[in-house]
Amino acid sequence: MKSGSNLERVIASGKPAVTAELGPPMSADPQEVIHKAKLLKGYCDAANITDCQTAVVRISSIAAAVLALREGLEPVMQMTCRDRNRIAMQADLLGAAALGLRNCLCIAGDHQSFSAAGKLKGHPGAKNVYDVDSIQLVGILKKMRDEGLQEGGDKLEVAPKFFIGAAFTPGGEPMDYRPYRLKKKVDAGADFIQTQGIYDVEMFKSQMEKVRNLGIHEKTAILGGIIVPKSAMMLRYMDSSVAGVSVPKPLIDRMMKAKNDAGTDKKKAKEAQEEEGIKIAVELIQQVLEIPGVKGVHVQAIEWESAMPVILKAAGLYPRPTFPDA
Amino acid sequence: MIVGKQKPFEEIWNMVKDFKKVLVYGCNTCVAICHAGGGKEAEIIASMIRIKAAEEGVPMEVKHAGIERHCEPEYFEPLMEEVKTYDLVLSTACGVGVNFLSERIGNIPVYPGINTEFFGAVPQAGVFTELCAGCGNCILHLTGGICPIARCSKSLMNGPCGGTNKGKCEISQEVDCGWYLIVERMKQLGTVDKLYAIQQPRNWSTARDGGPRRVVLAHIQDLEEEEAKKES
Repeated sequence: MKSGSNLERVIASGKPAVTAELGPPMSADPQEVIHKAKLLKGYCDAANITDCQTAVVRISSIAAAVLALREGLEPVMQMTCRDRNRIAMQADLLGAAALGLRNCLCIAGDHQSFSAAGKLKGHPGAKNVYDVDSIQLVGILKKMRDEGLQEGGDKLEVAPKFFIGAAFTPGGEPMDYRPYRLKKKVDAGADFIQTQGIYDVEMFKSQMEKVRNLGIHEKTAILGGIIVPKSAMMLRYMDSSVAGVSVPKPLIDRMMKAKNDAGTDKKKAKEAQEEEGIKIAVELIQQVLEIPGVKGVHVQAIEWESAMPVILKAAGLYPRPTFPDA
Repeated sequence: MIVGKQKPFEEIWNMVKDFKKVLVYGCNTCVAICHAGGGKEAEIIASMIRIKAAEEGVPMEVKHAGIERHCEPEYFEPLMEEVKTYDLVLSTACGVGVNFLSERIGNIPVYPGINTEFFGAVPQAGVFTELCAGCGNCILHLTGGICPIARCSKSLMNGPCGGTNKGKCEISQEVDCGWYLIVERMKQLGTVDKLYAIQQPRNWSTARDGGPRRVVLAHIQDLEEEEAKKES
């Protein structure tokens, strides 16, 4: 075991792994994290704790991860390259490991101008860092863990033992280069990969074929990303505006039908779409898990954690594996 | 070249309004090409200040001048005695020129009339684009002649992030994704396999992160010293 994390154990067991997502609040109140952790506990093997996602200030990933851990939910702390240089990154990684965190996902992070896609003020005037990129950060974690060395070469008395994650956008451009970039992440040391949300399963299948031809799937655990759709509007937005995500028209049409069939009652239309969204998510999970080389799913029910139990049960992924000595 | 952009006139007026004798001092190299701070622009700014001063009833003498370059003493020294008769120099040179003149002019303030933007090129008349970040350690041979530090919004070194959208950057549909351009260019050159290698963390000490930078050419210094000896 590289880290001994629950996520690593599930992956090693050969059973499909399930990760979820927990977004910390724009508040100093721990209750929201605790509440979400309680909802997710038992319905995933580990939950990503986002790191100021959409470039908005929230409880830090490490602090929220520790809150989740106290509730018995295994966290995957996230670390973006946007806000820290390699000194701060490594200091935070040592601190996170000392606090008991065992999984870390390395990502570039949304640009500081993103400000929740313009919905919030954010801090578009902030200076970004990008001292290292996500692939270099993966390499830093691996060097710390496996060689007991800092990036600069100084020794670590006790190495931080992280299960190292990275992201993959199979539908991102230039698409023919994406599998090679994924290979770089895995060569740098990524133990697991979570993909951007997949709606276009055919596209993902074709990218996975290239991934298999490069032998990447044998060196890392690829978890297919599932973003649970809530409404036809959300699917349309994801299709038109979210980079690397395309939504096939039949899925949007299904959601539109669910909405229209519910009539003019807004509450009913919302419920009908949510019900259809859960069905779509379950189907996507099943289709993605059938693709050779896929070792699990990363299910994001954004601000809708209560949907996880229904989805996991319907997908045949409940109960989650447990390990007696853990 | 260095690209600059004129400051809003309100900002300029607030800088100059309390002075009595102002020289608007243009630089006829880079910032003249980008229509920001050459002798011609200095003349226009001087007129605008005069008009505003008249409107506000502020007594002020405003002149303009332009020299070839503000970043080398041989260009501005011949005019220095005259320049020193003003009580403010509003320089429309780049920030290099403002700094360089300021440390040589004595007790007279030198204020900036333009914002210095970046090192850029002129793809078409009136358009200037940033192509180099002056990081001090060029890797353009590895990236198809397209700089990821200057042209990727995150200065990534190992390929495009997940934010590439229809060939554009996540910050704006007006901005090309630098890495999209690099990958396409490398394909065209038949060298895309160079992008399969991991670029390790960079040593940024050659960039601004290492503190103010200097380039010293010892052989030129030696020549200068020899010349000086001969003359004495």
